[in-house]
This record gives sequence, C-alpha cells and structure tokens, in this order.
Amino acid sequence: MQVPAPFEYERATSVDQAIGLLERLGSSARLVAGGHSLLPMMKLRLANFEYLIDINPLHAELGYVKIQTDEVRIGALTRHRELLESDELAAAFPIFRDAERVIADPVVRNRGTLGGSLCQADPSEDLSAVCTTLDARCVIRGSAGERVVSMEEFHVGPYETAVGDDEILVEVRFPRRGGHGSAYEKVERRAGDWAVVSAGAAVWITEGRIVDARVGLAAVGPNTTGIPEISDTLRGNAPSEALYEQAGAIAARSCDPSTDQRGSADYKRHLADELTRRTLRKAVERARS
Amino acid sequence: MTTVQEPKFTNFDDNDQKPVGFGRMLRKEDPRFLRGRGRYTDDVQLPGMLHLAILRAPFAHARIVSVDTSAAEASPGVKLVVTGAMLAEKGLAWMPTLSNDVQAVLATDKVRFQGQEVAFVVADDRYAARDALELIDVEYDVLEPVVDARRALEAGAPLIRDDLTDKADNHVFDWETGDEAATEAVFANADVVVVEDIVYPRVHPAPMETCGAVADFDSIDGKLRLWSTTQAPHAHRTLYAIVAGIPEHKIQVIAPDIGGGFGNKVPIYPGYVCAIVGSILTGKPVKWMEDRSENLISTGFARDYIMRGEIAATRDGKILAIRTNVLADHGAFNGTAAPVKYPAGFFGVFTGSYDIEAAYCKMTAVYTNKAPGGVAYACSFRITEAVYLVERIVDCLAHELDMDPAELRLKNFIQPEQFPYETKTGWVYDSGDYEPTMRLAMDMAGYADLRREQAEKRARGELMGIGIAFFTEAVGAGPRKDMDILGLGMADGCELRIHPTGKAVVRLSVQTQGQGHETTFAQIIAEEIGIPPADIEVVHGDTDQTPFGLGTYGSRSTPVSGAAAALVARKVRDKAQLIASAMLEVSVADLDWAKGSFVVKGDPGKSVTIQDIAMRAHGAGDLPDGVEGGLEAQICYNPSNLTYPHGAYICVVDIDPGTAQVKVRRFIAVDDCGARINPMIIEGQVHGGLTDGVGMALMEMIAFDEDGNCLGASLMDYLIPTALEVPDWETGFTVTPSPHHPIGAKGVGESATVGSPPAIVNAVVDALKPFGVRHADMPLTPSRVWDAMRGQATPPI
Ligand SMILES: Cc1cc2nc3c(=O)[nH]c(=O)nc-3n(C[C@H](O)[C@H](O)[C@H](O)COP(=O)(O)OP(=O)(O)OC[C@H]3O[C@@H](n4cnc5c(N)ncnc54)[C@H](O)[C@@H]3O)c2cc1C
Repeated sequence: MQVPAPFEYERATSVDQAIGLLERLGSSARLVAGGHSLLPMMKLRLANFEYLIDINPLHAELGYVKIQTDEVRIGALTRHRELLESDELAAAFPIFRDAERVIADPVVRNRGTLGGSLCQADPSEDLSAVCTTLDARCVIRGSAGERVVSMEEFHVGPYETAVGDDEILVEVRFPRRGGHGSAYEKVERRAGDWAVVSAGAAVWITEGRIVDARVGLAAVGPNTTGIPEISDTLRGNAPSEALYEQAGAIAARSCDPSTDQRGSADYKRHLADELTRRTLRKAVERARS
Repeated sequence: MTTVQEPKFTNFDDNDQKPVGFGRMLRKEDPRFLRGRGRYTDDVQLPGMLHLAILRAPFAHARIVSVDTSAAEASPGVKLVVTGAMLAEKGLAWMPTLSNDVQAVLATDKVRFQGQEVAFVVADDRYAARDALELIDVEYDVLEPVVDARRALEAGAPLIRDDLTDKADNHVFDWETGDEAATEAVFANADVVVVEDIVYPRVHPAPMETCGAVADFDSIDGKLRLWSTTQAPHAHRTLYAIVAGIPEHKIQVIAPDIGGGFGNKVPIYPGYVCAIVGSILTGKPVKWMEDRSENLISTGFARDYIMRGEIAATRDGKILAIRTNVLADHGAFNGTAAPVKYPAGFFGVFTGSYDIEAAYCKMTAVYTNKAPGGVAYACSFRITEAVYLVERIVDCLAHELDMDPAELRLKNFIQPEQFPYETKTGWVYDSGDYEPTMRLAMDMAGYADLRREQAEKRARGELMGIGIAFFTEAVGAGPRKDMDILGLGMADGCELRIHPTGKAVVRLSVQTQGQGHETTFAQIIAEEIGIPPADIEVVHGDTDQTPFGLGTYGSRSTPVSGAAAALVARKVRDKAQLIASAMLEVSVADLDWAKGSFVVKGDPGKSVTIQDIAMRAHGAGDLPDGVEGGLEAQICYNPSNLTYPHGAYICVVDIDPGTAQVKVRRFIAVDDCGARINPMIIEGQVHGGLTDGVGMALMEMIAFDEDGNCLGASLMDYLIPTALEVPDWETGFTVTPSPHHPIGAKGVGESATVGSPPAIVNAVVDALKPFGVRHADMPLTPSRVWDAMRGQATPPI
C-alpha cells in the first residue's frame, strides 16, 4: 500500500465556504473532487498538500448537465459516469459519449469529474480535448465573483490552469449551433490506459457546407491542442475525403508529440493525421443523419 | 496412448458434480476467497505489531558517501532505523542468492540498481515509518550505470560487482549445451539457413499481492515465526537458518493465502530479512509489505534474453539443426532461481518438439545495473524463452521457404514411437504424441477456412494474421541426482492421515498461490482412496505442519507433490487392505479394490469401506499380526525424470492498418498435460497463462532509460492486460500420460504462459506479411507494429 504524507481534511459545505478555506490556507491546500488524479500523486508523494478540501458534498450543487437551446451547461462536479450515461448530452454532443467510453475504467468513471479532469490539465487528458473541440467556456469562481475563460486561456501549460489558488471551477459551457456532428477516437495500448493520441472533431453543417469545424487533439503536445488552421481550411467547404486528408496533414504538422513508452513521435504524428481524418468523417456522417 | 478430445468448446454443465476422484468440481478454497475471508500476509495482525518501511536507492549505480539517520530516529513513532553499516556489524549486510551469488540486504558500499534497499525504519504504523524515510539523508556519489547488456563486457565498462574479489568485469557465467562441431557441420551443408535476432524483453510477474512478511521473534524461547509471501516455505526456512544462524527447529515459516506468485515469490528478498532483524532488535512483531512500485522495481523480474536464433533445413522443409547464441541480462546480483547445475534453467529444451540432427547453444550472462532475479514469471525455468526462440525461428523458416507454418511443424515433429526421446541437448522427453494435438487445434480453429479468409482479406488490403505455436515443456523439477537448489534436493514429502471416522488430512510441502491445491490434492487422494474430496483437509504452507519439500514453481506441484500424494495414499491403502483382510477374514490376495472399499473376490456382498477400516485401525478390535494401529503414512517422492507436457496454440489477430492496433480475435489452446485431475482448474490455469501471454506479446516490458531509471514503476507504466484485451478462450485437450508419474499427470501451470507469446507474435508477423515482415520483437504495441509495417522494426532494447 502506498501511503501519502500527513494532511488535514475538511468537507466543503458550500462553494463559498470552500473558497473561503482556499483563501485562508493558500497554496498549501487543494480541492479534491473524484481524487483519481490527485490521490495517486499524493500516494506516490509526487505532490504533498497540507490540507484537502473535499468538494464531493457539493455534488447536488455542482453536478448537473443542463441542456438549453443555445448552450449546454455542465457542473464541474459532474462525474464521468454521468456524462457517459446522459442520453440528452449524447444527442446534443455525440463526442461526449465517444470519449467517456474510452476514459479509464468504471471505477474511475464513478468518481472522476469533469472539473477535476480539466483542472488536472494533463496533456493526455481526454475531456480537455473534448472541451477544446466544442469550444467550451470555463466558469471560474472566486471571492470576487465569476469569470468566464476560453479553453485556450484556461490551459496555461501542462498541469497548469487559469484557476487561481483561491478559485474553483464551477461550470463548463458549450455553445450549441444547428447542423452539429462530432466524434472522438483514441488509440491506447490497453483499455483504461491514457491516450497514445486521441482526437476529437466537431462540425456544423448548413446546406451541405461546413459552417464551422474544430479539431482537438490530446497527448501530442504540452497541452490539449486545438488547431485553428484546420478550422480555417474546412470552413465554407463541402465535406470530402480530400478535405479530411488536408485536415489530417495539418494536424500532423501542427502537433508537437514526444517519444515515450506510449510510442514514437513519428507514430503519434501519424495518428494525429489518421484520427483527425477518422473523427471528421464520423462527425460529418453524424451531422448529416 | 493418447486420447483425443472431441473438438468442442469448454462446457460447464458438469460443474456441480461431486467426483470422488478426478473430474470437474468447484474449488474447495473458493468460498473463503469469494466471501473476503482469505487470510493474506497483510491480514496478519499481532499484538504490539510494528511496521517497517524501506528506503530505496534513487540511482541505478552510486557510491554511498554517508547516511545520516538522526532526523528519522527523532521522528514521531519511530522505534528503529537500520542502515547497511549496522547490518554489516552483525554480519547480515549480505545474503546468499538462489544462484550461489550474494545480494546486499542493505547496501553498504554502493547501490547497484534503482530501488535497491538502503536503510529501513520500524515505527508504530505504516505512515510514521514511511514519513521517516524522507528524513534519512543519504549522500551519493553517482556512478555511470551499465544499462545495456550488450555493453556490459566492453572494455572500460563500469565494474558493478567490485564487492566480489575475483571479479574484474561484469561477467556472470558462460554456459553451453549441445554439440558445437556437429551443429556447424550440419549448418555448413544445409540448403537453407535462417538467422534472426530475437529479443525476449524484461517483464515482471506483477502478482496482485505484493511481497511482504510479518516477523515475530520470541526472545524467551528463541523461536522465530515468519508469515511471508513465499512460494517455497521449507526452502526459505533452511536458508534463514543458514543466513541468520537461528536453529532450523526454531524457525516457523508460514505462507498464508498468497495473492499470486508466478515466480515472483520464490526468492528471499531483503525485506523479509529486514523484518526479521527488525523483530529481533525491537522485541516486537514487525510487518513489512511492499507497495506496488517497490514490487515492480525491486523484485524478481523475468526473461531479458537477447538471442540470435539460427535454423538449418532442407529446401523441402526438413529441419536439420538449431543453434542459438544468448546474452542474458541478470541484473545486479545473480538471483536466478534454478537448480544449481542449470544456470540457464531449462533453456536447453530450445530444440522444441522437432526431431533434428544437431543443436548447440552458447550463452553468456552479465551483470547490469538493474534489479536482480530472472527467476520466473511462470517460465518453467527459462522454457518460456526457449519455446519462444524455437517457435519464432521455425516461423521465420516457414517464411523463407514460403511454406505453411502448420505443415512445416507437422513435417518435423518427433514421432510417437520415438518416445522416450532424447534431444540433441540431452533432455529425455517422457512421452508425446504431437500430431493429434496439432490436428485438434487446427480443427477447432477451422484452419483451412481461416487461411481462405485471410487470402480474401489480404486482397482487400486488410491485415489478418494466423499464428501457430507448438510447445513441449520440461516441468516437475526434479530428480535429486541432478537437481538441487543451494544443495537442497528437489524431492517432495507428503503425509496422509485417516481419522477414525474416515475423514482425512493430507499435508503437503508445496504451497498454493492460486493454483487450487486444496482441491486438486484432495481429488488425488480421493481418487486413490475413495474418500470424497470434501472429507479431506489439505494442509500446506506452514513448515511446522508439513513435511519438507521445495515448493511451488516451475509447474512442479502436480508432477512432484502430486505423485507424492498419490503414492502416500497407496501406502495407506496397502495398510488398509491388510486390515480389511482381517475384518473380512480372507487373504489379502482375495480382495479387490473398488474405489472406497475392499470387496471379496467373487462375493460382492462382502466388503468393508475405507471408513470402516479407519475405525478398526483406531479401534479396540484385533489387528492382523505385525500391523500397528492408526491409518497413516508418509513419503518423500523423488521423481525419476521431468514430465513433458505439450500443446498446440493458434491465434488469430486483426490489425487496423491505419493505427496499427492489434486485436486478438481468437485463441485456440489445445493442451496435453497428461492425466487431467480437475479439468476446470486446468482451464483456469490455461486462461490465466494465455492472458499473461497477451500481456507479454502486446504490452508488457520493464524498460529503463539511459540513466538506469526503471520506467515501469507503476501499473500505469507497466501495463498488464484486462478482460477487454483478450478473446473468449477456446480450449481443448489431448491426453498423453506421463509413463513414470504414478497417475500420469504432467503439470500445466505454465504451459499457456510459455506457449502463447510465440503464437501471438507469429500471428502479428503473419498479418504483416504483405509488408515483407519476417520478425518483430515484443512488446507489439501499436507504435512498434507501425514501425514494423514501415520496415523499421527495432529491438525493444
Ligand atoms: C487508472 C486511471 C486511468 C485513467 N485514465 C484516464 C483516461 O484514459 N483519460 C483521461 O482523460 N483521464 C484518465 N484518468 C484520470 C481521471 O479521468 C481523473 O478522474 C480526472 O483526470 C481527474 O478528475 P477527479 O475528479 O478525479 O480530480 P481530482 O483528482 O480530485 O483533482 C485533480 C486536480 O484538479 C483539482 N480540482 C478538482 N476539481 C476542481 C474544481 N472544481 N476547481 C478547481 N480545481 C479542481 C484538484 O485540486 C486537483 O489538483 C485516469 C485515472 C486513473 C486513476
């Protein structure tokens, strides 16, 4: 059994109380949500915090999927499993169910949360790629109130986000537009493993033309990578294999993978290409059906 | 005589049978595991027990300049801090390994692999002990490590074992087998010679339960009780007596329930010795349980063989000779568990299942700055490596000859009438009938249809592969004239006692780690003496309760202890027959044995049951002249030979041409392990081994970076397969009994681990044939398969 260093533990009673505690305790404190990223690091003593503030009691307040006409709002404490099982969410954004099917295993999915995933900011993290693909906005609350940031602003670097020491990510918002289709694909060495590479694609099609398209990649660079050049290339065109190929080539060239146990940089680049094409193809199929 | 099973798949219909003897029955031990009532080492709680944690080396190779423990000693709850220097004062800093080398208990001079034991803390609880480790200040002078075995013998390579006075380099041993000149002569004249470099990378057994111990030394009566995760409690007890100087009768080693061994729990680890020292010094029971990372980085690894395989054949596919040169990476200490005369284990069976003219192997073993061990991982003493080599190189030959790999194998099998068959490297295969096994596997697979399907798919650019492996194993070590571990002969004791009411207790020297001994051994006794398995208590794992024997590994329990159990039961039965003759007032010769009772010949109405006899044996009535009361016996079984199970495995894979991901679609495993005691347990052993094989073939590897840092220190980095990576196993069997084993059983614990990796790799390579691929090394991760597709396959090390 791996045992963490000593820490103190307190259960949050409200978002404001948790923010108050964070303000008082500073960088020696951490929020714990599902704990599936934080606790392994603490047990391996890669991270030691003096205080843990458990926000799981706030699930009633921060765990929700709200489908509105122009927007989907998901609370930061919504668990992987809830995202996986929500039929409404799958109907609005099919990419979510695709991704959740390949994230970790049921044990992890029962507890791990959207907020924890995003705040962990692991470059291989899948939901960040999903959020990037869907052009999500993150709602961050502190004692001074709320601010809303884009995914680009949210990710400051590997394991670093725009959320301050005394702030909480409370909600993620996804704009809804018509003609949408999206998909996610991941190559892993084994079920439940982190991605070798994964890719998400979302398209919005009106009258046979791509009005907008986005691709998000995970595990091929310091942070989940959204690629504006792909959007520029796809916009205004009718979907075609040639177009997917172009997008794939851009993905391969724009990403910045490194060689590790999961695979060589060359292979990962190849996957960025391959998976971009596959997910775009599927996203378009879904948008059309 | 070989019996061939009808080609059908596993069926569980007969699961609720209650056989008195062999047959399918649910495992006797399962209710306690299923209800959470197993008792593992970490479940042992003793009054006043303290907890031990080990400080490990952060570097692969470094000189220890100084160790300051003062802050740790002052840490709350800490009772004791011990360094290598302190152990050295007691003469306990070094201990013997299972291969006549020495290994540091705690490093005194240098650390020689990342994760090596440097100091330990004993404290009130696990947390306090672990916290105090961070307060031990060790100053290191970092040295250049030897990470690549190929460079270990280069001039100027850093010297790892400067503790050994006679070592000037990193050489461990040279070993050879077979006839070099005769082999060369055959190669020189052969039509076809194929050479391939084949690496079996370092893998780890990764049992679910990590290693650990609870030591309880009683300073009044001088008795040491040690609960530990050991596959060989008796051998361990003797070694503790020798190392620690505690008289052997004052040591009790208890292996409680063990959560998987796979060879990982054969060696004595420094942690066990530390726990003993901790208990002696504190006067309290001390528990040590390693965590997952410690298990992966410091305990017995497996494989790590860099092999060159060569095969010579005629143009029409008659295999003439096999030759190999092996570089074996033994890590920092030579801790291989193998009989002393077999430094390369049973690698000598690399000639496989084929009748050939000549064979030769030359091996060099080296030290590197990696964890010691090389012990097992269900390898039957290196047979895994041998079978992988021969089954891979035979496929390379098929590729070169453009011949079907099944046909090539069928053409070269040792024929049934040739058994007992002495191989060109001196192994005497006891029995075998290979073709029916192979044919059954091919029938079950629908081999011809699969090849047709493959041809159609290839035409469409789809990648489908069919891989075959045919193995012969040598298990059940072993005859004591040839085989010992540190001087301890590999024979096994067994005791059987029938109670007055006809219930029984059998005491085994071997110990189960999940193999189901409590069921299998009860069934062996039941078969011989007719007492139902439910009425037979199987006692094992406690040296104070059981006779001496060398333990469970190398698939030896059934071949050795299983034979002992059958023979001890027959001994009891012989005595029962004497008593029966008195009870029935007929001569011994006039009695027939009808499983469970003696019946008077020609008068089936006159009989006594074994239960009646047991009561008479303990009762007040008369016994025949010269017969003592009681109904019990003991035996020590010395096998006359190893047993040689075989099997035919066929694997079907599909590879995604875009992502290079391998999917194992089907796996057909036909095993011949001789007599089958409990088919369900055999299937369980096979299922587990096949899953292991998928892991090794596709994902597992203990890798190191150039500084010697272990890159497989967690199960996030060292991948083991899940149910999602494996297909629905299709198992079948043939039965070719062992002629020298009392019940004809051969052992099956490792067959599937041995046989499956080559089948899977052969399937992947077969799928990649359109790319001209003849060989690609494990682990066949998507990235490495993609490299192979592009003609850029590289060895993993
Ligand atoms: C075996 C295993 C396999 C996994 N496989 C995958 C995989 O394939 N793909 C994948 O994407 N992920 C994977 N994960 C990660 C998993 O999805 C985690 O649950 C997730 O990354 C973190 O979510 P959490 O709720 O558990 O966060 P926690 O571990 O509780 O927290 C993570 C970090 O976020 C902070 N935090 C949490 N919530 C908030 C908030 N509301 N506001 C501000 N900060 C917050 C915490 O303080 C901490 O620093 C795996 C994890 C495990 C253990």
